[in-house]
Amino acid sequence: MQRIGVFVCWCGSNIAGTVDVQKVAEALRNEPGVVHSANYQYMCSQAGQELIKDAIKEHKLTGIVVCSCSPRMHEATFRKTAQAAGLNPYMVEIANIREQCSWIHKDMAEGTEKAIVLGRTAIAKVNLNAPLTPGESPVTKRALVIGGGIAGIQTALDIADAGFYVDIVEKKPTIGGKMAQLDKTFPTLDCAACILTPKMVDVAQHERIRIFSYSEVEEVKGFVGNFDVKIKKKARFVKEDVCTGCGLCTEKCPQKKVPNEFNLGMDNRRAIYIPFAQAVPKVATIDADYCTMLKTGKCGVCSKVCTAKAIDYTQKDEIIEEKYGAIVAATGFNPISMDKFDEFAYNQSKDVITSLEFERLMNAAGPTAGKLLRPSDGVHPHKIVFVQCVGSRCSSCAEKGKEYCSKICCMYTAKHAMLTRDKYPDTDVTVFYIDVRTPGKQFDEFYRRAVEEYGVHYIKGMVGKVSPEGNKLIVQGSDLLDNKQLKIEADLVVLAAAIEPDKSARPLATMLTASMDTNDFFTEAHPKLRPVESPTAGIFLSGACQGPRDIPETVAQAGAAAAKVIGLLSKDKLTGNPCVAHSDEMMCNGCSSCERVCPYGAITYADKEFRGPNRTTLIRRVAQVNEAICQGCGCCTVACPSGAMDLKGFASKQIMAEVDAICK
Amino acid sequence: MENQNNVRNEIIRRSGVNPRKCMKCGKCSGTCPAYDEMEYHPHQFVSMVESGDIEPLLNSKSIYRCLTCFACVDRCPRGVEPAKLIEAVRLTAVRKQGENHLKADDIPALLDDDLPQQAIVSAFRKYTK
Repeated sequence: MQRIGVFVCWCGSNIAGTVDVQKVAEALRNEPGVVHSANYQYMCSQAGQELIKDAIKEHKLTGIVVCSCSPRMHEATFRKTAQAAGLNPYMVEIANIREQCSWIHKDMAEGTEKAIVLGRTAIAKVNLNAPLTPGESPVTKRALVIGGGIAGIQTALDIADAGFYVDIVEKKPTIGGKMAQLDKTFPTLDCAACILTPKMVDVAQHERIRIFSYSEVEEVKGFVGNFDVKIKKKARFVKEDVCTGCGLCTEKCPQKKVPNEFNLGMDNRRAIYIPFAQAVPKVATIDADYCTMLKTGKCGVCSKVCTAKAIDYTQKDEIIEEKYGAIVAATGFNPISMDKFDEFAYNQSKDVITSLEFERLMNAAGPTAGKLLRPSDGVHPHKIVFVQCVGSRCSSCAEKGKEYCSKICCMYTAKHAMLTRDKYPDTDVTVFYIDVRTPGKQFDEFYRRAVEEYGVHYIKGMVGKVSPEGNKLIVQGSDLLDNKQLKIEADLVVLAAAIEPDKSARPLATMLTASMDTNDFFTEAHPKLRPVESPTAGIFLSGACQGPRDIPETVAQAGAAAAKVIGLLSKDKLTGNPCVAHSDEMMCNGCSSCERVCPYGAITYADKEFRGPNRTTLIRRVAQVNEAICQGCGCCTVACPSGAMDLKGFASKQIMAEVDAICK
Repeated sequence: MENQNNVRNEIIRRSGVNPRKCMKCGKCSGTCPAYDEMEYHPHQFVSMVESGDIEPLLNSKSIYRCLTCFACVDRCPRGVEPAKLIEAVRLTAVRKQGENHLKADDIPALLDDDLPQQAIVSAFRKYTK
């Protein structure tokens, strides 16, 4: 028989406001096995924990029940407390009488009654608990960073600088991400390439970083400290280690009509290409969808002009298998499609562009060599209208826009407006805004400078429609402060499109068993206290894949994620979870059902000798669980037809005792 | 005050519109083709109904200027549906008790062979007390 102590927490008025804690403690005193029952204002405080420790020693307790908040909050705290008093930490059960009771009830009598039932349930379980000892597993001292934008680059550099090996997987032919496409960066207006490309070179030259460019993660298995990852290196038909990046092939290729994605389709590239001059790795890639040689077998110009003999038309996709201790998701964002916003005439006029397209138009390496010219006729625009919140803060239609604020648009629009006025003082610039949101160091000052120093017209209101008329765009919008409807004749309209997580994030999250929100942003383990960790152990988050953010925030978060990875990789062994499956070999019938459902590959079968009747020996095929791999999900216990599989700490007997206690 | 509140609540109930969803972006008024004809504009209908300032709307010609083209409903990013709210204000005006917009004596002059009987009956129901 157990000797159980019950500790009822007030949580200030969080629990005590709706639950009569005194009455709960009194009622639970009479449950089977309970030898001590107490209540206290803050059980998690130092004084509260001392109270528990003293009671464990004084009453020789063999198990304790803490009636308090969710186990997600303080189960670990109270397990440590019990351990400090010499009790096995797995002899502690939490009855959640806050989130699942006091917070959702208003009536004291009802709340108290339910708290007693929840307490009784936990006591019923402790009565059947047994001490558990966690196993240990080794840590592979190598990290995988998925995504090679500024988030992935910074995370990789910080981890590698701490002395660990890092691999970056980037699906594009070069690292650099969105930041490489930007012209200037707010609020200091230094050029994106000037601050990004040195970091890209650092990555390329770092002895502990490997870059898998033009590659994608194909499969992830294993668990924290021991991930097995398959990476698909797509065929680029150029030998990466031989190509010198001279670029001769990209000039001689006869296939000239390939939309250049780096310039968002505003100009063309060749079928063999290097995305931009500072690409890392600086290696050519053949676009199989357009290459005449690959499609028809007739051409071979690039191969002929290549002095390094780097072209290999027979190259195949390659699978690389590697082990990692930690994985960082840094898959980034994209602007949403403007196809569904007919009112802004994006698909009707070439002179209605998105802000990212505007970035390329302003960039010296862009399609217009840095001159601001209208895409339709190459004429310099004299009247530009910027529209903010296109698709952001849009709750009416999920397939059209996004309910959240995209966060970065206010600042980059102010930047675009300011740069335009600075370079072309003869150009009039109007910005339509709903709210200008510029919290951040030197951010609001930046926006005010656009207004006060550069004379950008900010109009509180939204554009209702844009209609192309001749070579002009008629912008009809409201000016709410003057209570007017405006019709502006513009030469160029720039839409600040909402941003969304990259489409590769959802399938990746499935592979990583990392959770996501309804917008496909990765969910953090705790929105305030664990912002760079996924709830899945060993998976970390960096950059805009977790939520909209600008470059300064991304870099800060990338460093934070790296710190968490370093903390993990610097351990030699990880303490596992002892609540794992185990098989009762006498009951196992060898059917393999459990092996088939196990998502972690933790179950194997072996032929074992058993003693039969009359001193005979029987060979039977029985299931065996690798405790280091088992994550305690419980799939096998459900699948097992003979009831041989059970979970330590969550045995069927314990769960049934809990159900009985609730129904009593 | 209480009466005013009742009118407000009735308009909200009848329209099925929740004016609190409005984030005051002004896209409705930016999009409205009848804007110049209106004294009060779509976004003002939303904020004035929400604050219970209904009287000026009831007395304004603006309620008859709305074309019910639903451009504002289509483009509102928050799904507020201003046109439905304007329609509800308009109904409140035409259903006002004792206004007798349609008098029995006027009917013979309005009669038309093509006009269905039912139209007259429903017009009576709508426009007289």
